[in-house]
Amino acid sequence: MTGPATPSRLRTQLPLLVWLVLVWMLLWGTLSWANLVSGAAVALLVTLLLPLPSTTGGTRVRLVGLLDFAGHFLLDLFVSGAQVAWLALRPGLRHSAIVRVQLRTNSDLVLTMVAEALSLVPGSLVLDLDREERSIAVHLLHVRDRDHVEQERADVLVVEARLIRAFGSAEDREALERDLAERGRRVEGTVP
Amino acid sequence: MSAVLDVVSMTCLVAGAFLCLTAGLGLVRFPDVLSRMHAGTKPQVLGVLLVMVGAALRLQGWSNAWMLLLVAAFQMLTAPVSAHMISRVAYRRRHVRRDLLLVDEFGAAPAGDRLYVGDEPGDAPPEEPEIAIAEHVVDDRGPGDGAPRR
Amino acid sequence: MTVVSYVLYGLIGGGALLALVRLAMGPSLLDRVVATDTLLVIISAGLAVYAALERDPTVVPVLVVVSLLAFVGSVSIARYVGGMLRGSVTGDGSDLGLPVAAEEREARG
Repeated sequence: MTGPATPSRLRTQLPLLVWLVLVWMLLWGTLSWANLVSGAAVALLVTLLLPLPSTTGGTRVRLVGLLDFAGHFLLDLFVSGAQVAWLALRPGLRHSAIVRVQLRTNSDLVLTMVAEALSLVPGSLVLDLDREERSIAVHLLHVRDRDHVEQERADVLVVEARLIRAFGSAEDREALERDLAERGRRVEGTVP
Repeated sequence: MSAVLDVVSMTCLVAGAFLCLTAGLGLVRFPDVLSRMHAGTKPQVLGVLLVMVGAALRLQGWSNAWMLLLVAAFQMLTAPVSAHMISRVAYRRRHVRRDLLLVDEFGAAPAGDRLYVGDEPGDAPPEEPEIAIAEHVVDDRGPGDGAPRR
Repeated sequence: MTVVSYVLYGLIGGGALLALVRLAMGPSLLDRVVATDTLLVIISAGLAVYAALERDPTVVPVLVVVSLLAFVGSVSIARYVGGMLRGSVTGDGSDLGLPVAAEEREARG
């Protein structure tokens, strides 16, 4: 259906193959040649029978950005996990909010990772993702007032910026820098 | 060395078990489905991660440790997907306490969402709402308009 | 050590009990889905705690199966409930044929 296998297609499929072989070997629990060969066979069968749809917007991994994102992500996981636990314990009614955030990336993979990262961090939950508009609807568990809502919206954009710096293509990075510069100018304009 | 490992793993286990308790507590105390989703799925990710690390430290042998870390990885990959699918349906079916929402910017759903079936691919063209409504409202005024489907 | 194990089983058991309360109370189908999902994850955490306390690795493969079953179950129920939305003709996503969502009833009453 998709025509002959091109080099780029092979390049996108290779990490998937490696991941499937790794999962297979971890499930068996032992490192051996038999597991490696059978895992490769199973992985090839899976990728041939159940091909993934092609994604738009390339990605390339940068180590520094990846480490930066992973560190902040782990920190967020612990901090906001404690926050949600405290919210469950303490008495009183809270306010929630649903906000729509305009994202800047145009890559399927980065969008997916932004949604996963936002959903994994407690306190925010992705409700809907509009691919055409590049916007994402997020449910926030606890907001104090309007300022807090704006702050949470900025936090979503910060997560996206970290992911673009870690995985984004050149166009995504350009769009991010342009947006950041524009925001900086707007802030400078309002301060004096 | 072994004593230090034991203490670390026990700390992880107790913290993870405590997060499981708060998950249950939030599940009972929070007011609507979306909030309960936060309680039910998120402390879980951190809690399961901590419990798995604690168990992996206690069990000898690399194969067990790898398998437990695989469980944690599966949890982190699948929890957002199931949470998203359930919360999306919950929002569409009005299981949300609107009076507790401070801001709702998702309320004006696009027209294509009216007949959300849940099976069409992402790039399918939206159905025309008028046509679909006309199909549902059975027109029985004139006999010449065609036989109603009964 | 026995004190720690009592505390651990108490915490896990309390969490499971509270999830069961939400499962029994409902009020809607989706609440029960969330409660079931949480209950399965708490059960897998309990199995891991047992494995760690007894140093017994035989339940580890069970953990893999339980964690994946929880995912498949909640996703399939979410799709099923989503399919019930096809009769929605009011234009705002609420369905005519099915009873009013329990939360709206609570908020009104």
